[in-house]
Amino acid sequence: MSQQARSLQDQVARTEKGEASDLLKPLIQIEGVTKTFGDFVAVNNVSLTIYQGELFSLLGGSGCGKTTLLRMLAGFETPTSGRILIDGQDMTRVPPYERPVNMMFQSYALFPHMTVEQNVAFGLKQDGMPRDQVRQRVAEMLDLVELGHLGRRKPHELSGGQRQRVALARALAKRPKVLLLDEPLGALDKKLRERTQLELVNIQENLGITFVVVTHDQEEAMTMSTRVAIMNQGRILQVDTPHAMYEYPNTRFVAEFFGSVNIFEGPLLEDEPGHVVIGCPDLSVPIYVGHGISSREGATVYAAVRPEKIALSKEPPADGTYNTSTGVVEDIVYLGGESTYLVRLDSGRLVRADLQNQTRSSEPELTWHDRVHVSWEHSNVVVVTS
Amino acid sequence: MLGGGGGAPKERRHPNSAGAATRRLGVGGRGLVIAVPYFWLLLFFLAPFLIVLKISFAEFQVGVPPYTPLVEWVDDQYLQIRMSFASYFYLFGDELYVAAYFNSLKIAFFSTLFALLLGYPMAYGIARADKSIRNLLLLAVVLPFWTSFLIRVYAWIGILKNNGLLNNFLMWAGVINEPLEILNTEMAVYIGIVYAYLPFMILPLYSTLEKMDMSLLEAAMDLGCRPWKAFLKVTLPLSMPGIVAGCMLVFIPAVGEFVIPDLLGGADTLMIGKVLWAEFFNNRDWPAASAVAVAMLVFLVVPIMLFQSYQARQEAKAKEQG
Repeated sequence: MSQQARSLQDQVARTEKGEASDLLKPLIQIEGVTKTFGDFVAVNNVSLTIYQGELFSLLGGSGCGKTTLLRMLAGFETPTSGRILIDGQDMTRVPPYERPVNMMFQSYALFPHMTVEQNVAFGLKQDGMPRDQVRQRVAEMLDLVELGHLGRRKPHELSGGQRQRVALARALAKRPKVLLLDEPLGALDKKLRERTQLELVNIQENLGITFVVVTHDQEEAMTMSTRVAIMNQGRILQVDTPHAMYEYPNTRFVAEFFGSVNIFEGPLLEDEPGHVVIGCPDLSVPIYVGHGISSREGATVYAAVRPEKIALSKEPPADGTYNTSTGVVEDIVYLGGESTYLVRLDSGRLVRADLQNQTRSSEPELTWHDRVHVSWEHSNVVVVTS
Repeated sequence: MLGGGGGAPKERRHPNSAGAATRRLGVGGRGLVIAVPYFWLLLFFLAPFLIVLKISFAEFQVGVPPYTPLVEWVDDQYLQIRMSFASYFYLFGDELYVAAYFNSLKIAFFSTLFALLLGYPMAYGIARADKSIRNLLLLAVVLPFWTSFLIRVYAWIGILKNNGLLNNFLMWAGVINEPLEILNTEMAVYIGIVYAYLPFMILPLYSTLEKMDMSLLEAAMDLGCRPWKAFLKVTLPLSMPGIVAGCMLVFIPAVGEFVIPDLLGGADTLMIGKVLWAEFFNNRDWPAASAVAVAMLVFLVVPIMLFQSYQARQEAKAKEQG
């Protein structure tokens, strides 16, 4: 992430709290939007504000409503209720051809009967731009995506990665206020996808155009976005920066969807402003959490611990009153930079811990059937109530 | 951006795909399944055509067969080949034939145009209809084939004649006072041809329109096209193969159509199919009739071949540019 993106994140956070003097102007305002298809509620009372210059991701599994929401921004679907404003103007019922937004389609939707140049020029010609300006802009866009030499090819003569670039150039050619991207990297192989992620971010920052990206890939959302909205069953569960989403998920669903996590379920034993204690039948001792939560004693809550924040050792931890348990190493998954250990606790519960591989030794310090102590710092636990 | 996202287009073949399957069938397998039907078609097109061609160069005589032989032994000594171009000269000398050719082309052309104008929206409607009723609509298009062609054309006589269904209805509705003269005019021929050949226009159009990716239309609208313009810029050019196929399927048989002009067109409608019939069965002038048939074939096949080679050249040119 660039420093520019980071400062934008801070500015967005200040604007949302209303404490900044340099308040950002909302570019997209989605106000209580619902979309139903027959009995099926695709998008359920969603409200969302996206600011100028953001690379905003809508993340969720299939059928969560993220694509429907994007299509409502493009104008292909009309909300059943609610309003959509773009740059302050009500766009709820404005047809797609009159909106200041462009879309990059998941299938790319390149016109097969036109050359690359004609595809990129298509939108400009619709606006009645003079011919020499069109030619200049097309050349500029093709240079931007490094396809200047392939302008006269037809789409079927290009590779998947090249087609993706043409689709991007075509969608950017009209300099839209917002670019909507529907799974922009979904059809690329892993290596190409990782490189293209960074290129997309570079282009976005250089042009200063707001991107709204629909994706089901949490890594992609984490790599690219200034902010992410996680959707499930037509609702938005959480809107946050990738960092906050990962470290401070607000629900069990978000914690599990955005990265992997160990969830311990149990009643709230102690509820103080500075800390809480959770009894967990899966562990031998209770869980101590270094922050307060808004719940009542006795309620069932969930303590979430990320695998990389769990320590494994053959020696018992210094303080054994909280946040620890014992078990046996059942499986080790070698991933190169790190290894994933699956530890079967004495209660029968499986816990996942990710450890860095700091040496090149093929004989790890811990191995199968080793009896280990599982523990974590109390500041590394997040408690969610639902 | 960083260097090219995967150089050349992917044309690598999966090792277990088409290639391996052909090999298993044997080298000649694919050739065989194509060759047998083509041989059959060619045999039963070429053999009759050669016979007709032969007769067209003979002369009329009273007898069985009613034409002079092309090759003959004279005095058991000389092999005599007698080719007569009289039928062809007669063909081009008589205005009747020229007029009949042009009238056939005209009627076929406008019938094809009407069938296209009528069939395109229908095919479009079916292709965009809900999946559950799409097959039903297609079935309705081909349903007329379940009854005899001849009976359906006869039925049109009952509809179009002076005291037929159409005129009676229009008079009852008060639109007209006197029956419209439709039967035995060219108008009736147009109605008949468009009616009979409409399915042949709709089916190829439907299959191209149905395959079309709807997101292309959305992309066009997203880039600023109103729906009508998106249709002209995207749907229409992409459905060109269907338009060409449908027009060929209507135009070619319509030129030589005999039954419809004979039953609906009356005595005054001049079409080459009727002339052909008259030469064979009324005048019993087989050489002249054969010359008519050969000339019709040449007039139809030559423009089609020119058109196809033009298309092939356009495609080659497009590839070179790319």
